[in-house]
Order: sequence, then structure tokens, then C-alpha cells
Amino acid sequence: MAKQNSLKIEVLKGIWAENPVLIQLLGLCPTLAVTNAAINGLAMGLATTFVLLSSSILISLIRNIIPAQVRIASFIVVIATFVTVVDKFLAAYTPDISKALGAFIPLIVVNCLILGRQEAFSSKNNVGRSILDGIGMGVGFAAVLTLLGAIRELLGEGSIFGVALMPESFNTWLVMILPPGAFLTLGLMIGLANWYNARRAEA
Amino acid sequence: MNTSTKMIIVLTLIAALSGSVLSMWDGVTAPLIEANRLKVLKAAISEVLPTYERYDEVQVRDDIILYVGKDTSDATVGVAFKAKGNGFSPDLTLMVGINPDFTSLTGIEVLEQTETPGLGNKIEEDEFKTQFIGLITDEQKAKVVKNVKPDDPTRGIQAISGATISSKAVVDIIWSQIDVVRELYATKVAGS
Repeated sequence: MAKQNSLKIEVLKGIWAENPVLIQLLGLCPTLAVTNAAINGLAMGLATTFVLLSSSILISLIRNIIPAQVRIASFIVVIATFVTVVDKFLAAYTPDISKALGAFIPLIVVNCLILGRQEAFSSKNNVGRSILDGIGMGVGFAAVLTLLGAIRELLGEGSIFGVALMPESFNTWLVMILPPGAFLTLGLMIGLANWYNARRAEA
Repeated sequence: MNTSTKMIIVLTLIAALSGSVLSMWDGVTAPLIEANRLKVLKAAISEVLPTYERYDEVQVRDDIILYVGKDTSDATVGVAFKAKGNGFSPDLTLMVGINPDFTSLTGIEVLEQTETPGLGNKIEEDEFKTQFIGLITDEQKAKVVKNVKPDDPTRGIQAISGATISSKAVVDIIWSQIDVVRELYATKVAGS
């Protein structure tokens, strides 16, 4: 087995060094689709984190009894179960968010970030490490989605989390809450992250 | 134990566990989800039938439910129904309120829409929706005019600037349903 990371690295890698969105470019479909407002980005981020963390815990617990031939099928059943739990939870307790996120909650099942972490990490590591990995990756994902949603909402609606922040005279950039705004903002964010990492590597 | 047997046992166990968790969770959430649905429905009906006190739900056809609004003295104050169609984007659903004679609208509410933000989605704004109050609903469809107020506000509405297609779609969707609903109301509700 490869050299093990320290426990601190296990959490932190998901937040920056191996950030699922900015570095690994995983789970871009929900990232682009639902981040037209900060609250939607945050809700999607938290829902994904819950599914990721719960699946990581369960998969790492049962990793030794799952035959290799049916591991993907087992992962998907476990993930789909947690996704359905979240979907029903949102519909029951936060109907507005559930309506705003629409089909993208059920689609967390096919978010490659979650399946990817099970295959690459939880099926090979113990519960403790899997929890740390799940938290790190989940927080990294949620943070980027919230930031992306906040930027788009600020420029497109003049507010963040529904709180008006721009002066009255500010002319909202409609394009930011439309799909092109997601591509523009995410592209710039990934560019900035790469630029920063490249400069740090040189120094 | 050979691999095939193990595969079958493990997958069966996981699926069974998943099924039981979900059925338990559904028992918890289903009543809440149903309550949310009713709340949205009631809010929409009170929006389009402002004077209603309570409503009767009448399934007049497989796909059409009429919400017959009554006041405190049990007189019918209007009928609300859902109308579905396509706007500029697909899946535009409206709640339409009409007076008991089916001669004019008492209000409309947008239940679901995926129109363009900033343009077509202004059909959700009161400024647009209130134009439908009092619109005459005979065979002559309400006119959608651009940039100016209609000459006769009971015969036409002003389109949202930049969103003529969405504005027209709302009128078209309402008119596509009125005749059917009038017919069904006359035979199944008023007649009985």
C-alpha cells in the first residue's frame, strides 16, 4: 500500500490540493447547473456532502465483504439510498429549495465525485480515514459551489443569500444567472486556482 | 463459499437493507410532503379566487380537477383549474380562476415555469398577472399587445417587453382550456 497521508492532510487535501471541482474537475454538472444563487449552491453542496460522507462510512465498513466483481453495483445501491433520503428530506422540510434544485438532487447518484471517492478511497481505507476524506471532499465541493453561487447571485441579482448588497443604481448582469454565467465564473475560478498553484510551485 | 454465491448474498443484503431504510423514511416524510403540496395548492387557489372561504375538489376528467370555490353562505364564487402548456421553455403550469358564469377571469397564478430569468419569468410578477383579472373569456381570445396598454383592458393584455412569446403563451394556455373546463363544469358540477 502507498505511503499514508497524515490525518490532517486527509481532510485538507479535499479543500484545496485535490479540490473536487477546482483541481479534479469532478461533479461539474450540478456545479454548473444549480449555482444561480448562493443558497442553491450551499444546499447542493450540503446534500452532496451528506451523501458522500454517509456512503464513505458505510462502504469503508463493508469494504471487506463486497466481492470485487459487484463493487460498483453495491456502491451505487448505497449511494442511491442516501440520495433518496436527502431528496425526501428536502421535499418535506425545505420545499422551496427542493423545487429550486429540482432534478439535480436525484442526479447526485451519478455525481462522479461520490462514486469516485468510494472506488478510490473508501473501499481501500478504514472508517476513520474515510470519514476525514468525505468531510474534506464534501466541504471542498460545498465551498466552491457556495462561492460560485454567491458570485453569480451578486452580479446577476445584486444580492448574496437574498440580502441586497449592491447600490440601487447597479445594473444586474443577467447573463450571470443564466447558464453562460456558470461557465464564465467557473472558468475564471479554475484559472485563478491554477495560476495561484503554479506561482506557488515556482516560488 | 464460491464467488457467485457471495455476490448474490451481498447484493441481496445491501438491496434489502436499502429498501427497508427507504420505506421507513418514506413513512416519515410522505405526510409532510403531502402537506406541503396542499399548502401550495391552497395558496394558489386563494390567489385566483380572492373571495373564497373553502373549496370542493371535483375530478371531472382523468386529467382535470376543478376546485370550486365557495363563500361562507355556500354560494359558488368561482372555479379554479390547472392549465398546462409550453411557454418559451417547456412545462408552464398555471392556476386559473374564473367566475361561476365562465364569463371572465378572477385571477391567475403561475405554479411552475422555466422561462428565461429576467425576461419570461416576469410572468410571475403581479404587474403582469393582475392584468388577467376581469379579462372576458368568450370565444374571442384576449389580444396581446406590445409596448402599450391594451385599448380595452377586458379584451387584451400588455406583453412583457422582451418576452412576447412567454406572454402570448400564458394567454394561449388559458384559452386552450377554457372551453373544455366550461363544458365539464356545466355537465359534471353545475348540472348535478
